[in-house]
Amino acid sequence: MSTNTSTQPRSRGKAPAGERVADWADGRLGIYSLAKANMRKIFPDHWSFMLGEICLYSFIIIILTGVYLTLFFHPSMNEVEYHGSYIPMQGQLMSEAYASTLRISFDVRGGLLIRQIHHWAAVVFLAGMFVHMMRVFFTGAFRKPREINWLFGFLLFVLGMFTGFTGYSLPDDLLSGTGVRFTQGAILSVPIVGTYISMFLFGGEFPGTDFVARFYSIHILLLPGIMLGLVVGHLILVFYHKHTQFAGPGRTNKNVVGMPLLPVYMAKAGGFFFLVFGFIALIAGIASINPIWNLGPYRPDMVSTGAQPDWYMGFAEGLVRAMPGWEINFWGHTLVLGVFIPLVLFGLFLGVIALYPFIESWVTGDKREHHILDRPRNAPTRTAFGVAWVTGYMIMLIGGGNDIIATHFNLSINAVTWFVRIGFFAGPVVAFIITKRICLGLQRRDREKVLHGRESGIIKRLPHGEFIEVHEPLSQEALYTLTAHEQYKPVEIGPTVDEHGVERKVKGTEKLRAKLSKAYYGEESQIPKPTVEEYNEITSGHGHH
Amino acid sequence: MKKLSARRRHPAAALVVLLLALACTGGLYAVFAPADKAQADETAQSLTIEEGKKLYAVDCASCHGTGGQGTSDGPSLVGVGAAAVDFQVGTGRMPAATSQGAQIPRKKPVYTQAEIDALAAYVASLGAGPAIPAESQYSPEGADIAKGGELFRNNCAQCHNFTGKGGALTHGKYAPNLEDVDPKHIYEAMLTGPQNMPSFPDSTLSEQNKKDIIAYLDEVNSQDTENPGGLELGGLGPVSEGLFGWIFGLGGLIAVAVWVAARTAKAKKS
Repeated sequence: MSTNTSTQPRSRGKAPAGERVADWADGRLGIYSLAKANMRKIFPDHWSFMLGEICLYSFIIIILTGVYLTLFFHPSMNEVEYHGSYIPMQGQLMSEAYASTLRISFDVRGGLLIRQIHHWAAVVFLAGMFVHMMRVFFTGAFRKPREINWLFGFLLFVLGMFTGFTGYSLPDDLLSGTGVRFTQGAILSVPIVGTYISMFLFGGEFPGTDFVARFYSIHILLLPGIMLGLVVGHLILVFYHKHTQFAGPGRTNKNVVGMPLLPVYMAKAGGFFFLVFGFIALIAGIASINPIWNLGPYRPDMVSTGAQPDWYMGFAEGLVRAMPGWEINFWGHTLVLGVFIPLVLFGLFLGVIALYPFIESWVTGDKREHHILDRPRNAPTRTAFGVAWVTGYMIMLIGGGNDIIATHFNLSINAVTWFVRIGFFAGPVVAFIITKRICLGLQRRDREKVLHGRESGIIKRLPHGEFIEVHEPLSQEALYTLTAHEQYKPVEIGPTVDEHGVERKVKGTEKLRAKLSKAYYGEESQIPKPTVEEYNEITSGHGHH
Repeated sequence: MKKLSARRRHPAAALVVLLLALACTGGLYAVFAPADKAQADETAQSLTIEEGKKLYAVDCASCHGTGGQGTSDGPSLVGVGAAAVDFQVGTGRMPAATSQGAQIPRKKPVYTQAEIDALAAYVASLGAGPAIPAESQYSPEGADIAKGGELFRNNCAQCHNFTGKGGALTHGKYAPNLEDVDPKHIYEAMLTGPQNMPSFPDSTLSEQNKKDIIAYLDEVNSQDTENPGGLELGGLGPVSEGLFGWIFGLGGLIAVAVWVAARTAKAKKS
């Protein structure tokens, strides 16, 4: 801090205004040292590192537009007769929530645009989080010390899903009402507590007159409040851990090579915010989303075909649509397995990816810090697992839209459902095997490139008539980058007999771990990267082949 | 050519070849794909029940029986009424190419309206059934659109979607999209319940109710329907919106991110 600068007499006139403001603030907040320490913080440059930025900015856009919408939205289920400017709804009975959403869409200045920006930004926010999460997963950026931040991110994704769900349920239209009913059904399927939770949440029988007001509090206050806290924590941890980087010359586990936060990233990030905002506004100006005026007000006795949730809940929808309608009746109680099993699977499927960092570090026994990212091909088992997970997720998305797929590809909805049922089990296995083979193939290609160079496509004829293809050697930088990754040895169980000849009992978990570790780093899971000796041996000879 | 061959090992070569191949295949398909054949228009003549019977013998009798009594390939037409004939033949569903398949699709009609009327007259003569409605019955003029919307959501949306965009039924059957279907045919469909559709006789859905529904569809699902929100993305709800959001929303933003990342203030490209 430099509290005394302002007290020194100035011989060359007054300091510029900016400096005086900075001095004033520094004297009270002590920002100088904070800024000094962080303004030159280095961030590496790669487009995939900006996926998180897309999420952050769309989150900010959602908050800004959401505030505008709260000014006009009435979270009430009081029944009113509609007399606004939308003709096909004239005189219809509807809740105030639906009527005010129609008002926002047709009578509030800029209302429809803001609504569409809000909704499109939410769709993009969740999609961005999904892709950001996959980027972190496939590059191994979740490894120590970033496991907690991985969990923060995962929580943001899950909370985002439920914030989205409570948000699109607010207008109380026929589509979202069907979704709320679906959710209530899932709650009811929980043994013992289900009925109590449902009665508590809806203040009595469904739909009651409370849920819009309650979802409103959850949607605008509770969940976004938690999310905002998590976002701040997420960013603080990114600052604290420093950003990861891809391997390359001059980049080590102990440094960060890139550009300083100020001025480069401040300008870039600031500019990028406006690009994201502009782009989402453009999409919202072009394409309609959730045209509630077409859907009609919710009435529990009505339903439409093609009733799907927004994409991020489509996975849950697919699980329920694919599940056979099993049911067990005993002693006057009903256990609706057809809904309860999907509900459990929903939690398990998401939970697996959340806990993956801990599973991997246990299996591999790797407790070191990692700041250099993996190329997905160099961690074939992890990459294959991730692709299998995404495959399962995507197959369930197909399941969620089975009717739309059936009508648009002239298929039978039953065939689509059976495809999804079989695909949910077979798809991830097939994806795992194929991905692993592809990763190993790419590792072989890297090895080949390092040892023999890049195929140039130039065919040379030698004096004695032989044709050869000229291979261009790679640059030193490329050679380093292709061979920078570490290759691990599988964890061994260790000697089972100690020096006194006493046999040690091997625990089951130990055996499992050794087996999994072999699956990760065994001979069949990685191609040995070329050694310096191999390289020298091949490049010292002059012949190309 | 030399330039081309020097670049054939370029990293992007495979992509370029793939794009060219796709463009070629698509182009060839567009050229050779069988075009919809235009039907020869026959001049309308004053056709009577007799003439309808002749037409019937040519195109319908093989499945529906020589006297409309039905066979294993087609149902009996006794008592289906003129409205059913006008709907089935007028929307091109009949004559059907085959009785196999999940559902008989809508096609370009084979007969002129005069021939359809003759056919309808003949089938109506086999047994009493609903008659072809008059224009005053189905015209959307003077109907209550909002009421029609409510009725549509209550009775039709389960299969036809909120605004009649259509939806899937079991085993490859489907409720068709109702965009720009002739109001007369919508009326007849409600009256006669073709294929998988239940029928809504006047005792269930009054004449005025049918008119309201037709007016609602005319308002929300026709070529002239304005969509205040912009592109309606098929009017299918969150599935198409999600797809659009992923491909154009996030896809576009990733493209922007790549563009921004490629333009960096760097001393040396690393």
